Amino acid sequence: MKDIFNAGGKELTSRFFLGTGKFSEKSLVGDVIRASGAEVVTVALRRIDSGSKEENILNYIPEECTLMANTSGARNAEEAVRIARLARAAGCGDWIKIEVIPDNKYLLPDNAETLKATEILSAEGFKVFPYMNPDLVAARKLEDAGAAAVMPLGAPIGSNRGFRTKEIVRIIVQEIKIPVIVDAGIGRPSEAAECMEMGCSAVLANTAISTAGDPVGMARAFAQAIEAGRLAYLSGKPAREFTARASSPLTGFLRNSGRD
Amino acid sequence: MIVRINGSPEEVRDRITAAELVTERGLNPEAVVIEVNRRIIERENWDETVLSVGDSVELVSFVGGG
Repeated sequence: MKDIFNAGGKELTSRFFLGTGKFSEKSLVGDVIRASGAEVVTVALRRIDSGSKEENILNYIPEECTLMANTSGARNAEEAVRIARLARAAGCGDWIKIEVIPDNKYLLPDNAETLKATEILSAEGFKVFPYMNPDLVAARKLEDAGAAAVMPLGAPIGSNRGFRTKEIVRIIVQEIKIPVIVDAGIGRPSEAAECMEMGCSAVLANTAISTAGDPVGMARAFAQAIEAGRLAYLSGKPAREFTARASSPLTGFLRNSGRD
Repeated sequence: MIVRINGSPEEVRDRITAAELVTERGLNPEAVVIEVNRRIIERENWDETVLSVGDSVELVSFVGGG
């Protein structure tokens, strides 16, 4: 049976969401997206510097991808809502990743403002994917507010420190019905696999790939790890024990009976 | 006349339209979103949107992001 991921009213086959920030060459983005197999790709919205001739990132994103604009730069719900509306007007569709970040040191999100923005934008027909600090109560409120998924962080954005929040994310996965997508901090394919083994629906990664020596190779490695982790989850995890459980028969062999 | 563009005051000619502002700055219209006084201007209305003294204009576009 095909493993389809239903999110935001779409049927996805890839569980790898890819960010497009911090690539040394924009021309790499297309190759990385193809290598990743990602069907959902994030972009940001910025003021245009006068004089800068920066090329449009959308030119490098294959047309079949679903764009998800983020609201980075927003420090409260009002700014996030404003950015979301701009992104939709710019032709980005109605998928929006809410990012409300009042601090620049750890880039940790403000769950209360994120909830406010989620309520407003869900009511306006957006498919809202809120980036959040892992917290069960907040996740439940986001679910009730109409979020399409929740996106708890694994570690601070861009830190590559891995899946540090696993104890709380595990609880969120158990307790809410909407998809849980781990976003931020995942630095290694093995960590992405761990998210998927736990039952998370998808993983969003950016820095781990864009700052790798070979981003195309790393995108492929993440894609395989995410698939492997998902398959492991679907296959039912075997039990963990504190003592050994022999995998080969232990009946006496090459040993005299009556002796140790 | 002076308008505020992306937060900074700038001199532009009188009665410039949103469409002219984009093309005269060498921007690719396909890639730009315009907000005037916090109201998004839909692309089909750029030609008839005439700026006035003191307007606050935001010109934004997509960049890479996670």
